[in-house]
Amino acid sequence: MQNPAPKRRVIHPWPLRLMHWLNAFAIIMMIGSGWQIYDASPLFGFTFPPLVTIGAWLGAAIAWHLAFMWLLAINGLIYVIWTLASGHYRKFFPLSLSGVWRDLRAALRFDLKHDRGVYNAVQKLLYLGVLFAGLVVVLSGLAIWKPVQLWFFCNLFGGYFTARYVHFFAMSAIAAFFAIHLILVALVPRTLPPMITGGRQES
Amino acid sequence: MTPLDRRGLLMRALALGAVAPLAACNYEDPAHPDLADRFLHMMSAWNDRVQAALFNPHTLAPTFRPDQITHPPRFNAYYDISQVVTVDPATYQLELGGQIQNKTPWTLAALDGLPQTQQITRLVCVEGWRVIGQWGGVPLGEFLRHVGADTTCRYVSFRCADNYYSSIDMASALHPQTILATSFLGAPLTPPFGAPVRLRIPTKLGFKNPKSLMQLAVTNVFPGGYWEDQGYNWFSGS
Repeated sequence: MQNPAPKRRVIHPWPLRLMHWLNAFAIIMMIGSGWQIYDASPLFGFTFPPLVTIGAWLGAAIAWHLAFMWLLAINGLIYVIWTLASGHYRKFFPLSLSGVWRDLRAALRFDLKHDRGVYNAVQKLLYLGVLFAGLVVVLSGLAIWKPVQLWFFCNLFGGYFTARYVHFFAMSAIAAFFAIHLILVALVPRTLPPMITGGRQES
Repeated sequence: MTPLDRRGLLMRALALGAVAPLAACNYEDPAHPDLADRFLHMMSAWNDRVQAALFNPHTLAPTFRPDQITHPPRFNAYYDISQVVTVDPATYQLELGGQIQNKTPWTLAALDGLPQTQQITRLVCVEGWRVIGQWGGVPLGEFLRHVGADTTCRYVSFRCADNYYSSIDMASALHPQTILATSFLGAPLTPPFGAPVRLRIPTKLGFKNPKSLMQLAVTNVFPGGYWEDQGYNWFSGS
């Protein structure tokens, strides 16, 4: 009997890749249009330059924002169902503080092992953190969009006024994740192709 | 091709994908709609339907204490406060049109003779800011029934002394907190805030609260609005 070829397993299954890129597109559209909306009534002493905002004016920015919120929310909801149903969520666990500390120090020494398809503790923390920020950004967005009809979300974030700040900080957390994510992919570029092709790893 | 090259290409493709519809985005000019406009209008119409389904006629907008009222009140319009149109309250008449049985115009004194209500509610602007104010006047639902309006119609439309115009759905028009306001902060409305009569509807964004109303009509023909026709979402519920 001949030896079968070694079994090879997909690193990122196709539903994950599809949802990842749909999410990337939705996030870019939501943040770009959100910055334009912010500029109409800034919360802080700065505005976003037109170069990085989406929508020619406030009306267009709101239209983009309220169009792409559906992609962001539905894609996110399908992801949550998929990750629970497929068992993918197990890759985020176990997660311990000591593990995060160990891997963070290793990463800063550029000494962190990269097993493709396996998340280190810092990755686990960042991914869970950005998922939480995504949940907060959607719920606080609903609170701002419908402070009367969805008053319970509005109350959850301390009223309309503070919900805007919560929405802004949740966006900031996602934008920070996005930046770190891109920097890390640039530093370890071999992590990118599997997110497009799926990749194969020996099992 | 190295992975980094591929990444660069991909990011450029993504950026183009995100930016290409924008370069052609003409959303401020619905007379010349392009693909992006059609997509945004389609999504805005979908959002109108979602908001109509989400609207609960029994859900009240939150009310506030007198000490929470915003001082000084904030003026807002599509023009500067120096351009405010003044309507003489003594000769003022509110014209009625459309599916209404008794279209006799209403004077300010006649409106004051109808049952009155007061509210301290939050006005949320489409720009993101919010103020809290006190308004008093006649519930629009009571007024519509009083003049024999066909409340099975879909829209109530408004035309203003400053050429502003807007319209709302009938369900929102019949909401108990939707009022034809004649007072603001305990005194008769002043011209910058919509004298003599304005619509106050705390279940919608600020721009759906037209000021200095001259005409009110009940209709099944979509009336649009000053900002709505330029691309703001029509329902714009809160």
